[in-house]
Amino acid sequence: MSIPARLLQMLLTLAALSLVFYLLLGLMPGDPIDLALTADPRLTAADAERLRALHGLDRPLWARYLSWAGAVLRGDFGYSRLFARPVLALIGPALLSSLALLGLALGLAVLAGVGLGVLAALRPRLGPAVQGLAALAQAMPGFWLGILLIILFAVTLGWLPAGGAAEGGEPRWPFLVLPVATLAFGHMAAYARHALSAMRGAMADPWIRTARARGASEGRVALRHALPNAAVPLITLLGLDAGSLVSGAVITETLFARPGMGKLIFDAVMGNDYNLALVALLLVAGVTMLGNLAADLGQRALDPRLA
Amino acid sequence: MRLWLGLFLLGVVLVSALLADTAGSWLGLDPWAPDLFARYAPPSATHPLGTDDLGRDVALRLLHGARVSLAVGVGAALMGAVLGTLAGMLAAWRGGLADAVLMRLADALLALPALPLLIILSALDPAMLGLPRGEAASDVLRVALILAIFGWVGVARLARAAAMSVLAMDFIRAARALGVPEGRLLLRHVLPALLGPVAVATALAVGGAILAESALSFLGLGIAPPAASWGNMLAGAQEAVFQAPLVALWPGLAILLTVLGCNLVADGLRR
Repeated sequence: MSIPARLLQMLLTLAALSLVFYLLLGLMPGDPIDLALTADPRLTAADAERLRALHGLDRPLWARYLSWAGAVLRGDFGYSRLFARPVLALIGPALLSSLALLGLALGLAVLAGVGLGVLAALRPRLGPAVQGLAALAQAMPGFWLGILLIILFAVTLGWLPAGGAAEGGEPRWPFLVLPVATLAFGHMAAYARHALSAMRGAMADPWIRTARARGASEGRVALRHALPNAAVPLITLLGLDAGSLVSGAVITETLFARPGMGKLIFDAVMGNDYNLALVALLLVAGVTMLGNLAADLGQRALDPRLA
Repeated sequence: MRLWLGLFLLGVVLVSALLADTAGSWLGLDPWAPDLFARYAPPSATHPLGTDDLGRDVALRLLHGARVSLAVGVGAALMGAVLGTLAGMLAAWRGGLADAVLMRLADALLALPALPLLIILSALDPAMLGLPRGEAASDVLRVALILAIFGWVGVARLARAAAMSVLAMDFIRAARALGVPEGRLLLRHVLPALLGPVAVATALAVGGAILAESALSFLGLGIAPPAASWGNMLAGAQEAVFQAPLVALWPGLAILLTVLGCNLVADGLRR
């Protein structure tokens, strides 16, 4: 499919998702007026009815969806109920913080995973060790590793903060080290396993023998001749991994109390903050789909046969 | 070798789950009874692994957590396997529109980040789904159902691929020429060929569901306390990393070994 067709398909998927999310959020117990009632004992049942009518909460779900979708299409994303601020003003900084976490973790996972995989393919004696490490990393709950890292580096050694974000003029990197390591470790496993098998396959290809016969050094053979061929399935994996990486970021942010999209979504869903939850969920889904698209394009750039 | 190691790990977990009650009466402890004078007690003869934030025995709660984790994992994986096999067979057999719709749905579910969706689904009112509220057994069923909504996808893709290759074989044409009805054809000739790949996917799915359950319970959306699940034990332990870091060790180790067992079994079956 061409790129415009893919983008159009993405937009249609997002539109369908917005309806699904809206209906699901509408099925959640309690609405904002119920919460207002619990917060203020002086409100009577009649007040609640009046407030529901005022905010349109007495209308059927589909009518509410249509007016929400209309407002969003006009660029009006509304206000967050929990934070009493415009939704877009909340999402900007959260998205930046999440992208920093995701980008660094993905970079580290790919570098470490592919490095280990290539190393194990070139040095067969290291194979079982790398495979064992990958098996452990894949079976480990990411947040448990995070807790262990907090216990070691924040509680016992006191080198790094246990969570939160930099305030004022504090340097940012100490708050990123543990979350990035936590998120990267689990994802490294898949890259290591796939890099190992792809490199083993690529090293057996006939042009590798040709390159060796020409007198190319072993390092050049591995990095220039085998790795580009082994990279195609790895980029497929990158696309497939986008969704689970975002899922991992949600739980990592919650564990380390990092303000970001994951924590925003969690708080918004738990706090019946429909406006915020919807926009944040759609944005996260959109970013994931863009990641998939980028992986597809990268794959075509590397392998002309796919274009 | 991998298969046997995996089966051994899972066997240990299964025996622990079965022995949870016996161990409780043997130690003379109640895994739900709080003892506020023994909060975060270090490991001792009465409490082999110490106690948690309410003074409950960690070892006993681990054993009871094994029941929950296995029930959720196996339940979700089996539901996913049944749904996925049906969807995959249907897609391969009907082809055309049914195939396109099912596979695009599967693609979309694979591409989306699962956890935010799981958070919404878990926040739904169980009463609206026709489930009783707030009991451990219904929690297990609810979490397993929610995980199966995502779990069928992997099975469906494998089942579809396997069913398509079987349906293209000569003996299927022969069977059709002999007048074997389509239902019987699918049940007797196609389904048996799918069992291998579906078994591998199901073993992997058990581990995946156990991980997902622990993540949901950790967020407070899975199995609700006082019932013990490895995920909610970790959530409790995280709040106390400064007072009692060791409490966080055991549930995670239990999850790790169980999921490792499932992955090893899947790996072993594949070979």
